[in-house]
Amino acid sequence: MSINEIQEEIVDEFSFFGDWMEKYEYIIDLGKSLPQIDEQYKDEDHIIKGCQSRVWLHAEPKGNQIQFTADSDAIITKGLIALLVRVLSDQKAADIAEADLYFIDKIGLKEHLSPTRSNGLVSMVKQMKLYGLAIQAKNAN
Amino acid sequence: MSTITADTTSLDVQAIRSDFPILEREMRNKPMVFLDSAASSQKPDSVVKAMDYYYQQQNANVHRGVYQLSQEATDAYEKGRHLVQGFINAASEKEVLFVRGTTEGINLVASSYGRKFLQEGDEVIISAMEHHSNIVPWQLICEQTGAKLRVIPVTDEGELIMEEYEQMLNERTKIVAVVHVSNTLGTINPVERIIELAHAKDIPVLLDGAQAIPHLKIDVQALDVDFYTFSGHKMFGPTGIGILYGKEKWLNAMPPYQGGGEMIETVSFEKTTFNELPHKFEAGTPDIAGAVGLGAAVEYMEQIGHEAIQKHEHDLLVYGTEALSKIPGIRLIGTAEDKASVISFLLDGAHPYDVGTILDQMGIAVRTGHHCTQPLMDRYGIPGTVRASFAVYNTKEDIDRLVEGVRRAAKMLA
Repeated sequence: MSINEIQEEIVDEFSFFGDWMEKYEYIIDLGKSLPQIDEQYKDEDHIIKGCQSRVWLHAEPKGNQIQFTADSDAIITKGLIALLVRVLSDQKAADIAEADLYFIDKIGLKEHLSPTRSNGLVSMVKQMKLYGLAIQAKNAN
Repeated sequence: MSTITADTTSLDVQAIRSDFPILEREMRNKPMVFLDSAASSQKPDSVVKAMDYYYQQQNANVHRGVYQLSQEATDAYEKGRHLVQGFINAASEKEVLFVRGTTEGINLVASSYGRKFLQEGDEVIISAMEHHSNIVPWQLICEQTGAKLRVIPVTDEGELIMEEYEQMLNERTKIVAVVHVSNTLGTINPVERIIELAHAKDIPVLLDGAQAIPHLKIDVQALDVDFYTFSGHKMFGPTGIGILYGKEKWLNAMPPYQGGGEMIETVSFEKTTFNELPHKFEAGTPDIAGAVGLGAAVEYMEQIGHEAIQKHEHDLLVYGTEALSKIPGIRLIGTAEDKASVISFLLDGAHPYDVGTILDQMGIAVRTGHHCTQPLMDRYGIPGTVRASFAVYNTKEDIDRLVEGVRRAAKMLA
């Protein structure tokens, strides 16, 4: 599926939630079920420091695609990471670099991706896109 | 204005709440519960109106103006200083400096006192529960002068280990800078004893009063403290203005902090002579409206009365501590005997960010994170806490909503 197809799928899933509790319970469940990042990547080289929560991100190039694994010490942040990984992982580097992640706004979680929130997510998205650009450039050479 | 009952120790909280229109707001479609006054308190009508009136009717630059409006603006500004002088019982208005806030107050002393009195091998004593604002300025001046930072450790309950402090004081100690009330733990430190021990060795003491001033009656002369600094916005005043109290003998001995207008007497390219206290430390056009607002905040607090404020907040602290303690899996961080109305806690297995996010969904405003006290978090081996802080306008119903929210968060995050 393309990035936007996955985004549409997520927006559709979230449209069924009646209230904030259902939504957050789902995000918490996503956080709990996020595949573990390999422990060797939970180090200083992979950390994205937020003031509130910490995030670890690892990118594995697979041809012209990138596979992402990530983790966080906060479960809601982790649930949001699960969504971002679902949208961007195993996509083409060029598509990742140019992705417009509108789904976050559409499912009413925009505030979690605000720079002032300081939970590491904004920096994580930026980092994912930078990986996209880097791999794209590398493959072009 | 709120009506005060005859009994000076009780207050009509609903009348007080009506002085703060913001408390009627809804957050997430629920009546807002504001429990983050330790970060910044709300402002009563009277403060906003005083600043409004200043801008609409008295605005002009202060000091040295020959025309009537400038004199009125100067009077309004200096009235703020006069009110603060009375509020903290300073001996003279010369000892009451307007600064931007506690952070600037500490930076001023660290920089100005430090440049004059600190040398290689000297020591500065702080504590393990300091806000970054009372760590970093001292680190900077220590780096410049070669002085060393020494840190009073804290107990598991969140109290200073006074025996260690006593042993730390020596002939190389040039200043002691500690927090009066901890923003993270709520601990009220034994500042009288801290000052007494330091003065016995002729060492001056600076107190970071940011969290003390909204709750406790401060008498700088009774404390015999050398420097006391606090922010307006935590005591119902505006942001951007605060106070540095300093004993005249120290302020006279210290070089100016910043150069510019207001702080000079005469300027030539060969030599500049400096203005008298307090203006020597107030370079540039000051925050005039801020001073007016701070004065109004002082009047507001004095009208309610410290006794009544303290009793109300203590009741909330006791009620909140008891109710929160009953929640399974909760861990209170900071259980000192003597505490201000701050409760920091953690839920078993839940990150503070998650708890704060769920409380926010329920319209409850708390602070989460390390509260700018990272070394303290390291001391307890935790990433941060959830902090609820209470002010004079909070109610037991607010605490009930908090407890309900924390229970819900515990259930969702389990």
